[in-house]
Amino acid sequence: MASEGSHNTAGVADPDPIIGPGHTFETVTDKISSIVLTRPVTPGWVFGLLIAFGALMLLNLTITLLMIKGVGIWGIRVPTAWGFAIVNFVWWIGIGHAGTLISAILLLLHQKWRTSINRFAEAMTLFAVMCAGMFPLLHMGRPWMFFYLMPYPNPMWMWPQFRSPLVWDVFAVTTYLTVSLLFWFVGLIPDLATLRDRAKNKTAKIIYGMLSMGWRGSAIHWSRYETASLLLAGLATPLVVSVHTVVSFDFTIGIIPGWHTTIFPPYFVAGAIYSGFAMVLTLAIPIRKFYHLEDLVTARHLDIMAKVMLATGLIVAYGYLIEAFLAFYSGDQYEIYMMKNRFHGPYAPLYWMLISCNIIIPQLLWSRKVRRNVGLLFVLSLVVNMGMWLERFVIIVISLSRDFIPSSWGMYYPTRWDWATYIGTFGLFFTLFFLFIRFLPMISIVEVRSLVHETNEEKGHS
Amino acid sequence: MVKRPIYGLMAEFASPEEVLAAAHRTHEAGYRRIDAFSPIPVEGLAEAVGFDWTILPTLVFCGGLGGGLAGFGMCWYANVISFPLNIGGKPFNSWPMWIPITFELTILGAALTAVFGMLALNGLPTPYHPTFNVERFAAASTDRFFLCIKARDQKFDLAQTKAFLEGLHPHGVFEIED
Repeated sequence: MASEGSHNTAGVADPDPIIGPGHTFETVTDKISSIVLTRPVTPGWVFGLLIAFGALMLLNLTITLLMIKGVGIWGIRVPTAWGFAIVNFVWWIGIGHAGTLISAILLLLHQKWRTSINRFAEAMTLFAVMCAGMFPLLHMGRPWMFFYLMPYPNPMWMWPQFRSPLVWDVFAVTTYLTVSLLFWFVGLIPDLATLRDRAKNKTAKIIYGMLSMGWRGSAIHWSRYETASLLLAGLATPLVVSVHTVVSFDFTIGIIPGWHTTIFPPYFVAGAIYSGFAMVLTLAIPIRKFYHLEDLVTARHLDIMAKVMLATGLIVAYGYLIEAFLAFYSGDQYEIYMMKNRFHGPYAPLYWMLISCNIIIPQLLWSRKVRRNVGLLFVLSLVVNMGMWLERFVIIVISLSRDFIPSSWGMYYPTRWDWATYIGTFGLFFTLFFLFIRFLPMISIVEVRSLVHETNEEKGHS
Repeated sequence: MVKRPIYGLMAEFASPEEVLAAAHRTHEAGYRRIDAFSPIPVEGLAEAVGFDWTILPTLVFCGGLGGGLAGFGMCWYANVISFPLNIGGKPFNSWPMWIPITFELTILGAALTAVFGMLALNGLPTPYHPTFNVERFAAASTDRFFLCIKARDQKFDLAQTKAFLEGLHPHGVFEIED
């Protein structure tokens, strides 16, 4: 991974560039800003938005019903009181992590290829964290009392339980959302100024003008801006690792078999990046096709992302292996039973599906042919997304449904409202995403311009 | 019609190298109230116009420190002073349990300071700025680079400065109305 960015523009004619040939500042600015400013509304976009909006309305319906009837409309019953809500929470928040990885960690590592994918990956992060946040809120049963989670002066003289990982989660997720939003917005400011200067429509000019806050590209401003971006990247890097670590604490601090293990934090973080890159691919492949961005998001980008997916997938595989090994090595009968239960208990088909989706099928990515086959890569990204969802289901439901005393065991079955909530959050995610690609530049214009400049310079010198 | 006062003079260049060289020469010529505008961050341009230090990293450090102290302090205060609960004789100040919140609030404090500090130091939002009165300046956010000498500069003289800027081989020199 580390060498990916360094040699890509070394030669005069790079056979496999990270940006198509012949681009200038003008052409990249035009290409990206025209999607927002001049491209007419296409039936495809409207159709997509309508479907997403329909699913969002399903979410509204579910929430309404949930408010009226309570969480009993979901399939959660003791002993499995977490169910889909927490599965989906962990899944969505994990997806977000790739966006921060691309925008922060790869910035610090000087990976040039990140420039054309980081904007929409960050948007993906934001929207995914919003979807994730829905679940714990709704799972509380009385979502309108959410402020109990925050330390605020109250007449009961009560504090949140600061020793609880669930409260840590509140701090971790809200901080993550805030910092991601700020980072994303800071990145947008110069691009919004570009849109302001290029917009012909008066309303658009005013709105982009307000959002860009009078940015004029002053050298002194740029200097502070770059300092702030670098500092934010440095802050977001430990943050992104901490968020999924804290999410894994929700499990590891508990004593349920299969949860109380030290492998969880690193393996959750790796899993998060794994699923996140899968989601970036799921989004990038159709977008580059429909908006003809193949020379900005090149085959090489997809190839590199596939490699990152393969690498993190192997870390996840190691996590599964150690998890199974330690269960037997511990000699603890409950841990051993938990593992056997995963192998051939009532939910065993899901466990084996998880192993196929996350470990066996992605091994295809070793082949360069597969990584260069856009259609196949898209399918693989969906497979990994599903696999990571199954992983959370396996961890949560299998452990909870059969813990220590057989008399307290019980099966968990999701209801139609579980599915409706889950599908509804896709509606929220894609509605936001469809609006995002229409109203904001989905690729960072400034960073691609810088990339054009660097590429031309290197060509000039060689 | 009364002629409006002048904010400064602005020269247009086509590449980052040109504007960088021009900025160096302007600074060498003794001008101090200068600024450059570019569609991409240009390395060394801020130094060339005489900007070499920002307090921002210090502020961010303080923001992070403040956030961390507030986070730890809150957990400590809640569990030791405000609402101590004796659970099996365990210590009230179980500090390892405060670490996640302390950490998150450190990051939050630092990140908020970085963003709002950067905006405040840059004087953003700026609802009105004279540079936008130059029509060509719209290109500064696409592919053109500008160097501006402000009228506030002690050496500023409309005719002389204009001649000086034209000597830098720009694509055009514009007066900026205030």
